[in-house]
Amino acid sequence: MTQKTFGQSESRYFYLLVAFGLFIAAMGFGAAHYMEEHGHVVTGMNQQVVWGMPHVFAIFMIVAASGVLNVAAIGSVFGKVAYKGRAPLAGMLSIAMLAGGLAVLMLDLGRPERVIVAATNFNPTSVFAWNLPLYSGLFFFVSLYMWTLLEQRMNHWVKPIGLAVFTWRIILTTGTGLIFAFLVARQAYASAILPPMFLVMSFTWGLAVFHVVQSAMYAWNGKVHDPAILQRMRNLLGIFVIGTLYLVAAYHLTNLYFARQTAFEHFILRDGGIFPCLFWGGYVVFGSLLPLLLIYLPSLGKPRFVVAASLLVILGSFALLYVFIIGGQVFPLSIFPGYEVSSSFGDGQIASYHPSLPEFLLGFGGLAIAFLTTIIGVRVIDSLLPHDAPDRRKDNH
Amino acid sequence: MSDEVNLNRRQFLTKASAAVAGIAIAPGMLLFDFAHGRPLGEPASSTVRWGMLIDTTQCETGCNECVSACSKENGWPEARTSTDVQWIRKVDLKQLSTGRQSSLPMMCQHCAEPPCVDVCPTNASFKRADGIVLVDKHRCIGCRYCMMACPYKARSFVHEPVLDHDSDMPRGKGTVESCTLCVHRVDKGGTPACVEACAKAGHRAILFGDLNDPNSEIYLRIRSVTTSQLRADLGLNPGISFVGL
Repeated sequence: MTQKTFGQSESRYFYLLVAFGLFIAAMGFGAAHYMEEHGHVVTGMNQQVVWGMPHVFAIFMIVAASGVLNVAAIGSVFGKVAYKGRAPLAGMLSIAMLAGGLAVLMLDLGRPERVIVAATNFNPTSVFAWNLPLYSGLFFFVSLYMWTLLEQRMNHWVKPIGLAVFTWRIILTTGTGLIFAFLVARQAYASAILPPMFLVMSFTWGLAVFHVVQSAMYAWNGKVHDPAILQRMRNLLGIFVIGTLYLVAAYHLTNLYFARQTAFEHFILRDGGIFPCLFWGGYVVFGSLLPLLLIYLPSLGKPRFVVAASLLVILGSFALLYVFIIGGQVFPLSIFPGYEVSSSFGDGQIASYHPSLPEFLLGFGGLAIAFLTTIIGVRVIDSLLPHDAPDRRKDNH
Repeated sequence: MSDEVNLNRRQFLTKASAAVAGIAIAPGMLLFDFAHGRPLGEPASSTVRWGMLIDTTQCETGCNECVSACSKENGWPEARTSTDVQWIRKVDLKQLSTGRQSSLPMMCQHCAEPPCVDVCPTNASFKRADGIVLVDKHRCIGCRYCMMACPYKARSFVHEPVLDHDSDMPRGKGTVESCTLCVHRVDKGGTPACVEACAKAGHRAILFGDLNDPNSEIYLRIRSVTTSQLRADLGLNPGISFVGL
């Protein structure tokens, strides 16, 4: 398909996709408005589970926003030419995912209209407060990076700015992990392994998102994909999936070893109903082992299997985040060790949480914001999706 | 006639003595120190640290007087569902090794190193110089990070619109709140509502006072009996201590 015919025939699809994205985003805003009007009583959240489904979506998007920059880092920081053409798309996607994630996080606040208070009052001991300049900084550095990529006169700045983006995203994802790592009170969190775990999760989820978006965008825009590059990125995804599995295993195994954490681990890994199901079935089997098979079995490994593996990794990441965020809250706090405890406030009891429709709509609304930003960005900036030149296969990697 | 006068005088002396004795021992009976109010506009002093000593051996299982008093004083409805706020709750305990049962009121522990204050992005959670940990409801954005950080589950998020609230205690949907140690009463020289209610119910399980004052009842009690703090391993130095745990 030539560029011209693409432009004529695909235009309708583009507007259809924009309409679809706008509809989902509008549903998300509607849900946020509903929650704002009635209060969080219309969500599944309660006094025990204070962060619910919106946080699962938001943290996925924020972590993946950092991870999609892998490709940019490989191209600009580590000098792999074949990836350089993909760096603008990675930058666009990063901005899109971060915008979507932050929108969800903000709209889930009890008082979203007071976001200006968050911008004007800064508590230097709060990791949440640290994250605000980190998020704004990522927008700034990635925008600057895209400028250096897309403006020829600025091309010689690509490497230093790329390095700044790389450094910033490492700090940002560390900050996201620290949000949980600093929660000394809760069995599920308060672990120094969380920041590196979040970092490797960001590599994995970001690359999976990049695979899916790249395939869709190249297909929708009729552009040529170099299978050799896909092959290399496939192997990279496999290594990241194994890396995430390793850190998740280390997190749970160290917890199992500490007597005070054993009950919590038994709950998450064995006795906790939906949580062990999601952990073993959702994350380990469907979100990690199956993608690894799709990636490494010689008879498979074709582009469409890589995309399938990426989709499974994304679904697995939601399962893992649900277990991590919700499971970590439903398990009762250990306030009175050595005692059987009961109260009207759920002390000593496993809390219940049933996510409500507005929470899902808000989460999908955030994804829609990311989707819209990406497809419009790709449409407007044509050079975001270059054709893969055949000679790039000869790059020495 | 003179017998009649003597009788009246005797009755008068008896009643007067009882009244004087009552006034003299009332602070001890109520188990709290009369706090000295401070003038409006004068900041809280770091020479004072307000705290409580809760005697679980005196706290009666099933008694909810402290909870009701707090609810009434601060204008929050007593809990019905899992989304309702609870500034104070009764916790029933059964020791796993011995089966010994006890009960205690649980509220914000007013830590010297409060994690809720550390994590609050907007400084809405803050600790006064006199150790009382509060939430500025006008600055709280409702992120609930403080609820995630509190080891005592002492904070509540307002899930529904607040239709009626007390002028002393502003409340609002979408913000986080918790025990204020009845700061509005303490600043006027009074004591928290739960302490009064407990004493009125005859249990005397909650002793309130200045932990820094060597002459205060609470200081002397803490010095003379074995007390413990909840999650002392975290090093937060709560202002609330317990006897009998």
